[in-house]
Amino acid sequence: MNKILACIDTRGNTDAVIDWATWAAVRLECPLEFLHVLERHPEVAAVTDFSGAIGVDAQESLLKELSGQDEQRSVAMREAGRELLSHARSRAAAAGAQHLDARLRHGDFIDTAIELQGEADLFVLGEHHHASAQDRIRSEHHLERVIRGVSSSVLVATAETFEAPQRVVVAFDGSPGARKALARLAQHPLVSGLPVLVAMVAPDTTLARQQLKEAQDALQAAGVAAETELVAGEPQQVLPELVKRQAPTLLIMGAFGHSRLRQLLVGSTTTTLLRVSDVPVLILR
Amino acid sequence: MVSPVLHMSISNLRRHWLSNVRGDLLAGLVVALALIPEAIAFSIIAGVDPKVGLYASFSIAVIIAFAGGRPGMISAATGAMALVMVLLVKEHGLQYLLAATVLTGVLQIVAGLLRLGSLMRFVSHSVITGFVNALAILIFMAQLPELTNVSWVVYAMTAAGLAIIYGFPYITRAVPSPLVTIVVLTGVSLALGLDIRTVGDMGQLPDSLPVFLLPDVPLKWETLRVIAPYSVTLAIVGLLESMMTASIVDELTDTPSNKNRECMGQGVANIATGFIGGMAGCAMIGQSVINVKSGGRGRLSTLVAGLFLLILVVFLGDWVAKIPMAALVAVMMMVSIGTFSWDSVRKLREHPPSSSIVMIATVVVTVSTHDLAKGVFVGVLLSGIFFAHKVGRVLRVDRTLSDDGRTRTYGVVGQVFFASAETLIGAFDFKEVIDRVVIDVGRAHFWDITAVSALDKVVLKFKREGAQVEVIGLNEASATMVDRFAVHDKPGAVEQLMH
Repeated sequence: MNKILACIDTRGNTDAVIDWATWAAVRLECPLEFLHVLERHPEVAAVTDFSGAIGVDAQESLLKELSGQDEQRSVAMREAGRELLSHARSRAAAAGAQHLDARLRHGDFIDTAIELQGEADLFVLGEHHHASAQDRIRSEHHLERVIRGVSSSVLVATAETFEAPQRVVVAFDGSPGARKALARLAQHPLVSGLPVLVAMVAPDTTLARQQLKEAQDALQAAGVAAETELVAGEPQQVLPELVKRQAPTLLIMGAFGHSRLRQLLVGSTTTTLLRVSDVPVLILR
Repeated sequence: MVSPVLHMSISNLRRHWLSNVRGDLLAGLVVALALIPEAIAFSIIAGVDPKVGLYASFSIAVIIAFAGGRPGMISAATGAMALVMVLLVKEHGLQYLLAATVLTGVLQIVAGLLRLGSLMRFVSHSVITGFVNALAILIFMAQLPELTNVSWVVYAMTAAGLAIIYGFPYITRAVPSPLVTIVVLTGVSLALGLDIRTVGDMGQLPDSLPVFLLPDVPLKWETLRVIAPYSVTLAIVGLLESMMTASIVDELTDTPSNKNRECMGQGVANIATGFIGGMAGCAMIGQSVINVKSGGRGRLSTLVAGLFLLILVVFLGDWVAKIPMAALVAVMMMVSIGTFSWDSVRKLREHPPSSSIVMIATVVVTVSTHDLAKGVFVGVLLSGIFFAHKVGRVLRVDRTLSDDGRTRTYGVVGQVFFASAETLIGAFDFKEVIDRVVIDVGRAHFWDITAVSALDKVVLKFKREGAQVEVIGLNEASATMVDRFAVHDKPGAVEQLMH
């Protein structure tokens, strides 16, 4: 692990994101950097002049007016951003994180995250369940794009407050790739030492039971305390309920396998899941 | 599951069309109201019925909303294009104009495919300023016929119109003041029963939605020979103004645009416009500034402007016909005043003389020929000459004599090309009696054949005087001559070039 990048803004559950990132940084003993992106929206106009008249030096005076507005807004955003980052640093330091850093960037959040993906092995993001409708749409869009766009692992803090997980739930689909990945992720330093519940959403068949049993045996052979649970239904409906019963916990969605199609599928189940539930989710890559 | 392609298009739709709905709708309405008088005025300049310009403005605006590369920019029938087509309309009639419009579009698409949009980097700031100023002057001059040999009533109406346009915003900025001008002046004219010229006197207005029709011209080489020169000029002028306007909107909104897509979009718009009986058009500087000022940012603003214009004209045609020309003249004077770069006149003395000369030359040539393409051509040519002249002065020849007084070493440092070759030759002293001459060109750059032949001349002259000549460093010096600077792609190339 080279670095954790925690993306924070003022709209959502910022403190939960900071705490989850700190938890991960302490477990992984790696540097933690907070990222705040100052997004300007030049495609949205804030004008109330419908006079339609252009006079002497119309172009110059309009440019001056527009850039003046942008300047004012940018300065205010920069100051707010600095404050937010320094709050994040002090909160993380108080919780015991060691190597802390903060970064303020201009630009589009998604583009910035994708640009920086090479620097970070883990992204921590927040959800905005209690934000205004427009902010929610924007944040869901952000989440989806980042989860799909970066090749690093992504941890999404969905709840308002942080609770250290006592066990992890792994979403399992029974494929050979998933079995192999399962053993690896149970050993992952971020979750190692925590008991694992292997959850499978499938009709109750002997095959499914057998696959689950094999997975459990493999984990136990690797020295990981493992239990299993088989439920029928729609993943995005039954998984959150299952995970909630295990709280405090963390749901691990694997990007099992590497085919684009599968990633797309996993991504969309994951984002639907994030939209409807409070379950913190880790997409492990 | 959402497919990536669909996902992209949804996010595109959101970004270009739906990110600024309220601002775009309102700005589109403001722009449509200002487009009507302009489209009528430019039709009159071109010598065609107002409906030709109005149909053109509708179709160009609507098509550019989808096909253009610069969201938020307004394209329609323009003065710059109207000025080019005057002679064609006068000599051959409307149908040839429609055919020329279609051909203009084809040429613009070709320009877009060839990525000629990037040629705009050779058009300097001074040329652009000259273009804009010339355009403003031409629009102003086109209003003068309406103001000559008329009664004092027209002057009074025009003055009142300008007073309302610039005074009304002090009362409220919620209503477009050009619209107030038109409504008030039309009301006054009707109430007092004034006998002054109105829009209805200038020709036919649209009474229906436009329909598709082929230009009624003979399909012969002769036709092509008539329209081709006009189409070439129209295509160039249209692209020039569109690229300039795109840069202006880029700067105002601090967002990028796709210039090559804009080229092709202009082409598609002109082709379609020719087929529904409209005249060729392009982007409009004044209207685009009004759009941004009114809060327009996305493609929606352009679409709304075009659609609203057509609805207004078709359904309020009877009222549009009653608008006095004086009201139109007032609006066009506002466009002219708002387009002109007054700052460039104030800074005429501050700027380097060469820049000011380029600007003025562009204006003078354009205004005297009524052809913006010629003006820009002269401006670009002049800026090139001035630049070559300036860079040509970056040349120095050092001379050292050996201790025995028999060997002279010349060290050439700087840029050697057609503009500085004479200077190079003049720097050598052929009258000096010497046994041996060493010319070190290792720190010079030879940019063209003229530079090499100048050196040959120098060598020959020395040889004739009986001196033994040695040239060193020629390989380094002439590396710059190769048109594709393969060497210069490598790291450190620029440092090597600037040594």
